[in-house]
Amino acid sequence: METVAGSVGPARTEPVRPGKAIPVGSPRRSLWKRLAGPQNNTLWFWVFVGPFVVGLVAFVVVPIVWSLWLSLFEARNTLSPTEFVGLRNYGDMLTDPAFRSSLQTFVAFAAFIVPLTFACSLSLALLVNRARVARTLFRSVFFIPVACSYVVASLIWKVSIFNGVRFGLANTVLRALGFEGRQWLSRPDPPLYWVVIVSERLWLQVGFYMLLFLAGLQRIPAVLYEAASVDGASRGWQTFRHITFPQLRATSAAVLVLLLISAFQAFDEFYNLLVNAGASSYPPYARPPLVYLYYVALGRQQDFGHGSAGAVILTLIIATFTLIQGRLLGFGRRESYG
Amino acid sequence: MAEVRPTGPRAVAGAAALYGVLIIAAVLFLIPFYLLVRNGLSTDLEISAPDWKLFPSSLQFGNVPEVLDNRSIPFLRSLRNSVIVSVLQTAGAVFVASMAGYGLARIPYRYSKAVFVSILATLMIPAAVTFVPSFVIVSKIGWLNSYQGLIVPVMFQAFAAFLFRQYFLGFPLELEEAARIDGLSTWGTYWRIVVPNSKGIFAAVASITFIASWNAFLWPLLVGRDQEMWTVQVALSTFLNSQSPQMTQLFVASAIAILPLLVGFVVLQRYIVEGVERTGIGG
Repeated sequence: METVAGSVGPARTEPVRPGKAIPVGSPRRSLWKRLAGPQNNTLWFWVFVGPFVVGLVAFVVVPIVWSLWLSLFEARNTLSPTEFVGLRNYGDMLTDPAFRSSLQTFVAFAAFIVPLTFACSLSLALLVNRARVARTLFRSVFFIPVACSYVVASLIWKVSIFNGVRFGLANTVLRALGFEGRQWLSRPDPPLYWVVIVSERLWLQVGFYMLLFLAGLQRIPAVLYEAASVDGASRGWQTFRHITFPQLRATSAAVLVLLLISAFQAFDEFYNLLVNAGASSYPPYARPPLVYLYYVALGRQQDFGHGSAGAVILTLIIATFTLIQGRLLGFGRRESYG
Repeated sequence: MAEVRPTGPRAVAGAAALYGVLIIAAVLFLIPFYLLVRNGLSTDLEISAPDWKLFPSSLQFGNVPEVLDNRSIPFLRSLRNSVIVSVLQTAGAVFVASMAGYGLARIPYRYSKAVFVSILATLMIPAAVTFVPSFVIVSKIGWLNSYQGLIVPVMFQAFAAFLFRQYFLGFPLELEEAARIDGLSTWGTYWRIVVPNSKGIFAAVASITFIASWNAFLWPLLVGRDQEMWTVQVALSTFLNSQSPQMTQLFVASAIAILPLLVGFVVLQRYIVEGVERTGIGG
């Protein structure tokens, strides 16, 4: 335990140190007097920002540092490991076929969900933006699934829509059209479970991104459209291609990266759709990274060493995505820090 | 858009197509909600009947009190847990993030920018990826199966602090200066002048936080392991994946579980929309 605190300590206090040191430096006046004085901006800054920084350090920075440390040890069933293994856990993870296949699952999932959600939410935004009657009503209808949780949506999708055996809306519709019913979730081949997973997430998310696009559409100056119609551009495709879509560049970039990051964190719907009833075992297919980590690090094996190594690898991947987002949105430029 | 639209048969046809597509899409979006209510008011037999019917043959309103009275399902208990966790998490998150945002935006301090950039840097690490180490920390300090374990670790949202900072940067400085001249301290200025004049941003961040907290699954699944500490999502998930779930009760319980957010959505729609828009734009 002592070693843990020792290794975590420096990283923990570093950002706080300058502020903490200053109030100690003027011990003559009482705290209240110093707060009341006009010149104590440093103290006031830490009164306002301190609680947040302490929480962030305790529950974001320390866990990451700890997991970096754990990832260098053999740590099965223990949080205070003693056997240092260096980078072996990382090597194990990167060569572990199950971990690599979880990354492939993410790639396959993202390849479906990102473009689909992007296209659907943009189309809905364009349609709603054109509607002049009942526009708020349509916006609300498309947005309201956001209020639904993945657990509840999974229940509806699993039991009521994509139920494999006899009942279920999807198979009823298929049979009415003269096709056979399908086993949607229980077979990896053909991988029809993607239809279930992707349609559920699409339903839950589209409204959120539609709102972002609607906000973007409203920021496009009307003058541009007037100019285009003077220039003889036809309404519809031409204006969309040459005005609307280019004007939505920043929104589109933000939506794409938000979609990518949220796909990376997918857990709820996979877990709730695919865990076998009763047996509480997860099938060997369709395991995205977080599901894999959940079972490796927190499952029966409690393998925190390998789990932490996996978490660090995933964190690096996500950080890369976010940095790309930063570049695309201009977060990295100085002026955006104000 | 204020332009004059062409009239005539082509325009009418265009409008008809537009509304046709919108109405079809709207019906598709509402079907899952209909199924939730339909199944909740059916009998168990009817849900699993081989010939699927759009309308149940009789409405079983008795299913509702049955769920609430069911002793083997701690559903009311899980609802109570969800209310406690979501309310406290939202209040706590908004409180600390708004103060941090104000401090970063308005209080001059030599290292202010460094602190802000450090906070932004943690945005690169989404909470979901750190669930393994966070779980390790929380179990180490003995917070498993406790409200503080469910609430505190997810209460510090760098993005919320960022949104508040961006908002407070645009807050009218004259109001704050007037307050200072009237003799208010920094805290007094913030609490009596800034906060009451910023209700919109508070409502926006609070409603987005509340939705996320109410619907959260992975963290409550890890931390609230004992039955008494299940949130409503964990309870529903456990019954969905149990050996032979009573389907009607499960659907009724799910409908009840999304009700608070649906009501909140109708009442607070303006703020939720604002919150979502800010989430995407980042300020």
